[in-house]
Amino acid sequence: MSNTPDLNIDRVAELARIALTPEEKTAYAAQLGEVLKHVEQLKQVNVDGVEPTAHAFSVENVWADDVAQTGLSAEDALRNAPAQRQGMIAVPKVVD
Amino acid sequence: MFQYAGYSLLATHYSLLKIMNYEAVIGLEVHVQVKTASKIFTRVGQGYGHEENTLTDPVVLALPGALPVMNKAALDAIIKSGLMLHCEIADVCKWDRKNYFYPDSPKNYQITQFDQPICIGGEVEIELPGEARNVMGEHKKIPLTRIHQEEDVGKLTHFAHDSLVDYNRAGTPLMEIVSDPAIASAEEAYAFLTTLRTTMVYAGISDCDMEKGQMRCDANISIRPVGQEELGVKVELKNLNSISYVRDGISHEIKRQKAVLKAGGTIVQETRDFDGITGTSQSLRTKEDAHDYRYFPDPDLMPVRVDQAWKDRLAAECPERPFDKQRRFMAAYDLPYTITSVLVPDRELSDWFEATVAIAGKPQAQAVGNWIANDLLRDLGAANVSLADAKITPAHLAELVGLIEAGTITKQIAREVFTESFGSGETPSAVVERKGLKDDTNSDELEQWCRDAIAGNDKAREQFLGGKDGAINAMKGPVMKASRGKANPKLVDETLRRLLAE
Repeated sequence: MSNTPDLNIDRVAELARIALTPEEKTAYAAQLGEVLKHVEQLKQVNVDGVEPTAHAFSVENVWADDVAQTGLSAEDALRNAPAQRQGMIAVPKVVD
Repeated sequence: MFQYAGYSLLATHYSLLKIMNYEAVIGLEVHVQVKTASKIFTRVGQGYGHEENTLTDPVVLALPGALPVMNKAALDAIIKSGLMLHCEIADVCKWDRKNYFYPDSPKNYQITQFDQPICIGGEVEIELPGEARNVMGEHKKIPLTRIHQEEDVGKLTHFAHDSLVDYNRAGTPLMEIVSDPAIASAEEAYAFLTTLRTTMVYAGISDCDMEKGQMRCDANISIRPVGQEELGVKVELKNLNSISYVRDGISHEIKRQKAVLKAGGTIVQETRDFDGITGTSQSLRTKEDAHDYRYFPDPDLMPVRVDQAWKDRLAAECPERPFDKQRRFMAAYDLPYTITSVLVPDRELSDWFEATVAIAGKPQAQAVGNWIANDLLRDLGAANVSLADAKITPAHLAELVGLIEAGTITKQIAREVFTESFGSGETPSAVVERKGLKDDTNSDELEQWCRDAIAGNDKAREQFLGGKDGAINAMKGPVMKASRGKANPKLVDETLRRLLAE
């Protein structure tokens, strides 16, 4: 079991669309490394015979009936937007 | 030695020719929006054509503290889809987060199903074009990989200097129907989508209007030398926003790949954008490794367990599959293929047909089918009226074919009666009564008209007596004219033959 799990801080930052300074990279790499170490530690627990679950609680089938309700007004929906026009949120041009 | 070289050259040439024969392998990913009242994980309304950003709430916008709650109707819809398409319905399924950063998703993840989809396997029956319009084409079953449920994302419109985001679409219940790479041609892909759309509309799951984005299709296309087991490098084709564009786009891509390989090039794994108007495609991105969605189970949503009772209830709500209905119509009512291919794709119309036959009786089924496929559809089209709003009812048409069968009115007169009933909703009997259209000729009158017709058509009479049976028609015309179209053609035929035999 590896003590320093593979962590590519540049890749993580790229996927999160966050620009990091070299100092931040060092700091976050160390912090995230600690988290991963913890996960490595958890992996050592013997879970033979334990059924994998998506949740700690055995609660299933939580839902609501399909009845439409009024939501936010366009004005309220756009209230937090840093920029807007034509009733829409304006973002830097992004073409995937 | 020369001989040997010549043989070898021929062999090489032959194997090259063999390699030049490519076959296409196509897999489709079809997104279908479910026609619910509210969104998939929250109860704000959903729909197309609303003013921008008027269908949002804290869950849609991912405001702090907002938590998703599953929409029961969306689950019912995907299970029904699975049952209609012969999928296995998983006992348990769960929700996962697909993480990516893009302004169409305010949460920075999309809730979807990664490793435990609700519908597993399945198949889509397709019909390929027949050799002629009136001939049923070959049927095939295209296997499905899975159908999973997810939420739709917001819509971006790109401008010169920025992009605008509308979150109305975000959170609309979406199903992703994934086929196996088992589609062999653009024509099969077209047929696949046609069946999917008909099936979804039949079951009331979605209207599948591609112009409104209710059905969207991406195609994975590769080609390989005929006989090769291994798949070629695949190209993903996006933005195929009509069923015809899917066919055109795939057809174009297969040709493009063949041309690249024949010119000695290699196919690059990439995503291409097809422009239906120009019929060309261009590369969108080749950096496939940029995608790393880091799926993990969504802790906000509980797994769903589907028991037999739930499946049974939904199975009971599922309509007959369109192709099953078509086969039944052909077998039970002896309808020609052309009539069934008009009636069956439209569930309302086929119901209307069966309602009419239920009243008119099975022996009238062919006549009823013809009236619907010809007169009813023509008049609906001309008046721009939907079947649901039509004044004419199955009872009207049943009565009309009954009047023809009984010899009360001729087919010719019936057309006029149909148009009257269609326009006003008046019953055919009432129209016949009011307009005096009933065949009220007595047999003496008819016999006289027939005698006159024979006397006035010496040539036809001679031809008929000389063995040319069709010559009798020349004598029917004047009789029908004398009766102002009301005389029963069968009776006219009988009377003429009797008199001619004298």
